[in-house]
Amino acid sequence: MTLRRKLEEKFFHALSALFALFIVFVLVHIIWSIFQKGISALSWQMVSQEPKGGFYLGKEGGILNAIAGSFYLAIASTILAFIISLPVALFMNIYLIKYKRTLTGIRFFLDVLWGVPSIVYGAFGFVILIYLGMKTSLGAGIITVAVMIAPIMIRAMDEVLKTIPIGLQEAAYALGSTKTETAYKIFFRQALPGFATAVLLAFGRGIGDAASVLFTTGFTDYVPQKLSDPAATLPLSIFFQLGSPYDEVQSRAYASAIILIFIVLVISISARLLSGAGKSRK
Amino acid sequence: MVFSLENNTQRVGKLGKTKFTKNSVKLRIKLCETLCPVMLKQTQMQTSRKLIDIISSKWMLLCLLLCLVLPLAIGTGLVLKSLPLLKTHSLGKLITSSNWSPSDGQFGFWPFIVGSLLVTAIALIICIPLCLLASIYLTQFAPKWVLKFMRPVIDILAGIPSVVYGVWGVIVVVPFVGETLAPRFHVDSLGYSILAGGLVLAVMSIPYILNMLLEVFRQIPVELSEASLSLGATKWETIKHVFLRKGRPGIFSAFGLGFSKALGETMAVLMVVGNVAQLPHSVFDAGYTLPALIANNYGEMMSIPSYDSALMFGALLLFVIIIAINIVSRYIIYKAELV
Repeated sequence: MTLRRKLEEKFFHALSALFALFIVFVLVHIIWSIFQKGISALSWQMVSQEPKGGFYLGKEGGILNAIAGSFYLAIASTILAFIISLPVALFMNIYLIKYKRTLTGIRFFLDVLWGVPSIVYGAFGFVILIYLGMKTSLGAGIITVAVMIAPIMIRAMDEVLKTIPIGLQEAAYALGSTKTETAYKIFFRQALPGFATAVLLAFGRGIGDAASVLFTTGFTDYVPQKLSDPAATLPLSIFFQLGSPYDEVQSRAYASAIILIFIVLVISISARLLSGAGKSRK
Repeated sequence: MVFSLENNTQRVGKLGKTKFTKNSVKLRIKLCETLCPVMLKQTQMQTSRKLIDIISSKWMLLCLLLCLVLPLAIGTGLVLKSLPLLKTHSLGKLITSSNWSPSDGQFGFWPFIVGSLLVTAIALIICIPLCLLASIYLTQFAPKWVLKFMRPVIDILAGIPSVVYGVWGVIVVVPFVGETLAPRFHVDSLGYSILAGGLVLAVMSIPYILNMLLEVFRQIPVELSEASLSLGATKWETIKHVFLRKGRPGIFSAFGLGFSKALGETMAVLMVVGNVAQLPHSVFDAGYTLPALIANNYGEMMSIPSYDSALMFGALLLFVIIIAINIVSRYIIYKAELV
């Protein structure tokens, strides 16, 4: 009996450790196998040039159009989402702090919104585009992605604001500040490191998402100059290049994937550093 | 303001018993005139601060309402767009028919629904035991530094865009299924199959489900495990009988959310699943999922009548299923947290 129990214990200990190790292995394997495939095609030309004629047949050029498009899209939509999210998160934690039921309801609702897949947002953006009679453009993509990442941003900010003690709010009121001043001058400053993490999270999601911009931004070989231009994005560029039957183009797709992984890694590491810095300051 | 001041001094002059010399009245008026702008400014500041407060609170409320209206807008937008299709085809037939040929006006969603469910089911069958045991290890067995080390690993996995998972699927999983697994089961397969989609999706769901499970196990009070351990149970027995039981609602809803997440995943699955509109006979067959269908055909949908309407109906279907699963799962979580 005791032996069986001991064996069971040992077995599951080992098995669960193995599974945890497996997860690390998967991450390493993903990065390593893509690196191995794409490193040969990675060059300065890749990131510094727009696709030239015949790029998708294996000729000269780079994916500057996609990199620029992705950054424009992700930065602009993050800013737009921030403008919507900040008031909502502050409102929830300042005005609604007494109405626990309403607050729980809104959080529940936002969590549900978080689960909506990006392709649905894309389809919705497309419906709106058709309704307004617009063409696919950078601007439409920005709005779609902003709408998609806003719930994520609000919830992430809300989690940060939740930790601020109510005494701070009471102290601000006692000194005669209005609710708005409390929100923007005190809560905002207090939660700033956490907000930075939230923004980076949303930015990472915005830059990596393909399904929502598929319908709304279109694709082009040029760096977009204005909001009404169509724009290429890095994920879509990878997708299209991978669909090519030419080996050169395919290995360029892997190289583009390396660039995308690199961007995402930088974002997620800096988000971690920022949240660590915020914690140590307290 | 000046007028009322004059009035005031006149009144004071009449009512007061002390005599006012011209000079003292002038002095008083002068005093009032110098003080007034300051007071006026103060009240102005008060009102402007109040005004800012009112405007900003209205703006905050508006933003909140905007967010709350969003899913309704998505729902109605998609319903309006898929109405033309629903007028000519019955809802039951759309869902259960497996005849998909848009150019003939035949829209049967059954192959896509089956494809989506199969891919998701495979992903979860792989993901559930893996994440469950890994999260148990990380919260119960492992030393603290392991969890500390794993957090960024999970974060990075969660942050990797789905298109990168798709690339990895094409490089690694598809050849693995086509060249290693399929011959072992004596089937012919190109590798682009339901199984490949499920495998890639399983890997993608790991960080998502694992994060939620870690949260579930973190919230279980330490006293419970201490009580169980002090009664002589081994660590594994404690986990089996106490943790898994106590965390059951959380675990279930984590899987529910993982399911809905996997169901809606587009790009990675699109790249490895094969995209053939047929009822798959085995997991080695190529299949098609709902999100892949929508993403793959956006280019040509304007050229065939009611094709766009059909695709929007697909999006609506996806939206409704996922919202329903999400609501149930989140409800279980919220209820467990409140108790």
